[in-house]
Amino acid sequence: MSDSIDIINAFALLTNFVILPALSYGSQLALGALAVTLVYSILRFSNFAQGDSMAFGTMLVILISGYMISKGWTITGFPTAILAIPLALIGMAIYLLLMDRLVYRHYRKIKAKQNIIGITASIGVMFITGGIVRFILGASAQRFGDGERFIFSVREFKAFTGLEQGIAFKTSQFLTISLAILLVAFLFYFLQKTKTGKAMRAYSDNTELALLSGIDPDKVVQITWLLVALFTTIAGTLYGLDKGFAPQQYHLLLLPIFASVIVGGIGSPIGAIAGAFLVAFSEILLTYAYKKFLIYLLPLSMHPSSLVQLIGTEYKYAISFVILVIVLLIRPTGIFKGKVIDGE
Amino acid sequence: MKSYLKTTAGVVLSATMATASYGATVNVGELQGFTGPLESMIGAMSGGANLAVTEANASGKYLQGTINVIQGDSVCIDAAVAIAQAEKMVNDDNVMAIMGPNCSGNTGAVITNVLVPNGIVSISPSATSPALTTLEDGGWFFRTAPSDARQGPVLASIAMARGQTDMAVTHSNSDYGKGLADAFVTAYEAMGGTVTVMAGHDDDKADYSADVAALSAGGSATLAILGYADTGGRGIIAASEDTGAFSDYVFGDGMISEVTSSAVGDGSWGTLPSPDAALGENWKAVAAAGGVDGSGVYSAESYDAMALIILASQAAGSTDRAAIQAQVLNVANAPGIQCHAGKLAECLKFISGGLVVDYVGATGVEMDAGGTANGSYAEREVIGGAFTDVKIHK
Repeated sequence: MSDSIDIINAFALLTNFVILPALSYGSQLALGALAVTLVYSILRFSNFAQGDSMAFGTMLVILISGYMISKGWTITGFPTAILAIPLALIGMAIYLLLMDRLVYRHYRKIKAKQNIIGITASIGVMFITGGIVRFILGASAQRFGDGERFIFSVREFKAFTGLEQGIAFKTSQFLTISLAILLVAFLFYFLQKTKTGKAMRAYSDNTELALLSGIDPDKVVQITWLLVALFTTIAGTLYGLDKGFAPQQYHLLLLPIFASVIVGGIGSPIGAIAGAFLVAFSEILLTYAYKKFLIYLLPLSMHPSSLVQLIGTEYKYAISFVILVIVLLIRPTGIFKGKVIDGE
Repeated sequence: MKSYLKTTAGVVLSATMATASYGATVNVGELQGFTGPLESMIGAMSGGANLAVTEANASGKYLQGTINVIQGDSVCIDAAVAIAQAEKMVNDDNVMAIMGPNCSGNTGAVITNVLVPNGIVSISPSATSPALTTLEDGGWFFRTAPSDARQGPVLASIAMARGQTDMAVTHSNSDYGKGLADAFVTAYEAMGGTVTVMAGHDDDKADYSADVAALSAGGSATLAILGYADTGGRGIIAASEDTGAFSDYVFGDGMISEVTSSAVGDGSWGTLPSPDAALGENWKAVAAAGGVDGSGVYSAESYDAMALIILASQAAGSTDRAAIQAQVLNVANAPGIQCHAGKLAECLKFISGGLVVDYVGATGVEMDAGGTANGSYAEREVIGGAFTDVKIHK
């Protein structure tokens, strides 16, 4: 390490360990948060089963892509998991619609409008879903990514730029960020421009008025679950490709996802995305150790001897909690003025 | 089970035969966890221990009489049961020494409550906790399995010999990982090495990128991973390879596996407790001839534990408990004529002939002054994507 101030290497270091990971983690959270926000807007409850549903979707992708690999149906260098998504999507949609038919529809029928009843029902669905995933795939961690792992690796980057610090750009990061942009664009187009999307927004804004104007509530609910299946399966698969699959890890994702939704303003799609990136960057920025970074930026006499790490990595999940508490205390509606969760 | 029965039958048979010629019977205790968490391993362990007795009895060279094994179930996790069984052996059966117990927890209890007050030797084949080294045992406790703490200094000295003078250290958040990491870091720093960061990691997480980012912030390009190959260690390697955080790795024994070697580049290395190959082959042949599963974990250490008791008694020329204690280290350690597994008859003859022996046994026994086997460690390096033995460290 050189003694002089070296901004380029410092930036490369931060990109490799903070910015790229946070961007892809934030995108994964955003997709999950959008699914939660959709359910909340249309079905009026906070879906606690989101994390385990993502595990379920990922499980389908793992099973299908495993079969495809065994049959040789792959594209060289491209993750087979992505090719397996369309089929998994169908399975996921069937599962979610089945759960709606078996569980949630009952509470809609008896007009139990309280968020708390939906939450409680979704906790039940969460345990069942998590149980099914563990029953089929087991509880241990596994990796299912194949194909080219890197767009460019640290070694290639270093050889190309001659910098001391390298940047790796993983295929999974590239896919995550690009798929997230595509999906978000699709969602906004769908909600703003299509007839069905407008019907959903109308239903969300004022259910009685929407029903009076002839919107079919069953159709709105079904479309919602289809969108949730799309976002859930893709979010789960991208997270798994990026970091590996473990049922417990997906279950715990519920926390940062809810923090994102509430920070952004529940029911607000834009808020969900903003909240997701806020949570992702906070988690990674606060647990990163800045020693090496500061050594590049500061003159020799000011080099830190400690790691300059604000919070140990084992407290990563606590950050979501703290953000949640702060937002609920200061601005319960979230940044983008969503609905206030008050049990109604 | 079949082979175990065979051995037991052999013990009984040879016991009756030898009784005819000598008359005297000498009791020795075998306190093992026949039920409980280790029960699946005890078949081979008990087989190993009884094989040593069978061999000694069959040779007719053991001068104190015919050895009779008194078995007791230590259940491994209930210290009260282990203490009661040991008390019974010591007071009712009048054993000359005890082979066992197995688990570190109840071994400590037996040392404090039975060995020290009664003044009797026990040699454990499998209690590996570093805490037993510092426990006040009055010199009555020995073990043929190395302490977990021993691997740390071995790792540290190899690292220094390889010129790796700074590294980050991560360990599994478990008794094993923490104990090994503490032993390693203490030894490494004493030898002049610099630990840039030391941090634990939880097993069974999906994502270790934050852990690796923190570890790499210390600036070293070498990472020591003291954990498990199939869970946390694997995740750490994956995250490190993804970000290019580390290029060289050092592994504890829990990481020596194909999963690890296929994930890292050549030149990374680690250590694994392992007797040298010749001793291992010899033990397997001896065990197979005696109808014992020689590949069973701690079966060789069990054979050695029992053999040491018999040889120490031979060297003491009596079954007196204190006299046996005084001889254990003498027969276990160099100098002397080396005795291998399967050659107890010869060894007993050397001792009664007044010669000094160095019991090598099945595992290459060599004990430190505290009575814990040093063990030997294989230094394995990743060469061509697979772990390859490069050296055995004693």
